[in-house]
Amino acid sequence: MSIDLKTIKHISKLSRISVDEKKAEKLAGDLNSIFDFIEKLNELKTDNVEPLTSVAETTLKLRPDEVKSKNIREQIIKNSPQDNEDYFVVPKVIE
Amino acid sequence: MSDITKQTLTELVENIKNKKLSSTDVTKAFIERSEKSKELNTYITEDFTSALNKAKKFDQKPNLDLKLPGVPMAVKDLFCTKDVKTTAGSKILNNFVPTYESTVTENIWKEGAILLGKLNCDEFAMGSSNETSFFGSVQNPIDKDLVPGGSSGGSASAVSGQLTPITIGTDTGGSIRQPASFTGTVGLKPTYGSCSRYGIVAFASSLDQAGPMAQNVKDCALLQEVISTYDPKDSTSIDFKRNQYSKELTNNIKGKKIGIPKEYRIDGMPKEIEDLWQKGIQYVKDCGAETIDISLPHTNYALPTYYIVAPAEASSNLARYDGVKYGFRAKGENLIDMYEKTRSEGFGAEVQRRIMIGTYVLSSGYYDAYYLKAQKVRKLIKNDFDEAYKKVDAILTPSTPSSAFKIGEKTNDPVSMYLNDIFTVPVNLAGLPGISIPAGHDSKGYPLGLQIIGKAFDEQNILNIAFAMEEKINFKNKITDWWIK
Repeated sequence: MSIDLKTIKHISKLSRISVDEKKAEKLAGDLNSIFDFIEKLNELKTDNVEPLTSVAETTLKLRPDEVKSKNIREQIIKNSPQDNEDYFVVPKVIE
Repeated sequence: MSDITKQTLTELVENIKNKKLSSTDVTKAFIERSEKSKELNTYITEDFTSALNKAKKFDQKPNLDLKLPGVPMAVKDLFCTKDVKTTAGSKILNNFVPTYESTVTENIWKEGAILLGKLNCDEFAMGSSNETSFFGSVQNPIDKDLVPGGSSGGSASAVSGQLTPITIGTDTGGSIRQPASFTGTVGLKPTYGSCSRYGIVAFASSLDQAGPMAQNVKDCALLQEVISTYDPKDSTSIDFKRNQYSKELTNNIKGKKIGIPKEYRIDGMPKEIEDLWQKGIQYVKDCGAETIDISLPHTNYALPTYYIVAPAEASSNLARYDGVKYGFRAKGENLIDMYEKTRSEGFGAEVQRRIMIGTYVLSSGYYDAYYLKAQKVRKLIKNDFDEAYKKVDAILTPSTPSSAFKIGEKTNDPVSMYLNDIFTVPVNLAGLPGISIPAGHDSKGYPLGLQIIGKAFDEQNILNIAFAMEEKINFKNKITDWWIK
């Protein structure tokens, strides 16, 4: 199989990573060699195999639904590139 | 003073407890050596002033009942440390100062240790040579222009070069064991669920584990007993009875059955590695253990499986870096443009490549063919180990298919870089513990490691085997201090 430039553009859009022509070509080359390597899995018949979603063979623990972190608004906002009082600021989205 | 940095963690702890050394003496010695070792590029962030203050404070009122009393320690820059910058080796987190502490580091400070600084690593732990770090590659103390392995390359280099008595790394596909092997040190990847993932910058959540990297097995066992705790803040943390690994450590492995998997004898593996493996087999026999030939038939499929599962999880985990909540933000004409430029400028090439692979294998129309397929093969790989452990107590393999390589040697070929992890990746996929110990040198004088893989939660057993082998191997790391002017 082969990943073409159109597919690269599509994945870059889904990944929210901007890609110019030069970078797209490099990525196509890299991804094709990686997927050639991944294709090896097709040698295996797996129709009757259960997919493994977690290696930890335990059920998730339940806990009381209580608030434990209080008054951490300042901590949450502290590392934001741009904020205004208690809000994150982003480029304008509504005209 | 000058030989403080040559002492093992166990010796330092003893000397501080016996009041032969103060925390200030020890901390000063490691700071001085670290300052003379800038050429190794191990540190991303130094916290020396604060470390010395903490050491002085410790000495005023020393609590000598702790397990790591006043011992200085640098950690991989993937662990969130409160009020100390945490970058994950990425430009996108270059200005990130956590407001909270990871559980694993919290456990370490609670036992009296003192943070020296944050150690270099591959960007978001994605790499096998530390060359994907935004903060530059790391030198291996073994030789100039040699990679220390990755992703915990800074950690391995710092322990091997004696800039820290011990450290912690993280291991998603081999990131503790491969650099340990490349630098002549000991590295343990614990069972999945043994050490909390809370506060560790996430890469692939079903595979990531923190673990100790040390000069010897006993030190490694001591740190493991400190960092492994049940933590409700990590939903996959497992509540099991943990051992006092260092106290229960024994070299008596008589009668243990150790499996030798034939599939690890791969095409093109250097004869030196095969010879080392044979030597390892002889060592465990000399210790009274029995070796048994076993088969792990799906070994060859582990790497392709990993390169679907890990990037898929990474693409999801790294979606949070959007230039809004924290980290780097690029200017954009509108919100979408800002997202796309932030991620394009903030992530390095390898991280972008993996996000793209992950996004592709999870995208509509490809999910079944790739992601679901990989999860099924992952099950087959785990079944292989379950089957093997009906017959054996542990498995012995080489840690890596080669010794350390030169900086720049493999950067242009992602697949050849990925092959570094061929012996370590299956262990992560099955969630098992694995330890790499230094076992010999190749013809260039570079260290080579052997890996012991255990049953889930059986850290004590593989530590014991490693301990017994360590005695027989009597490995000496060849460190010439070439970087110190």
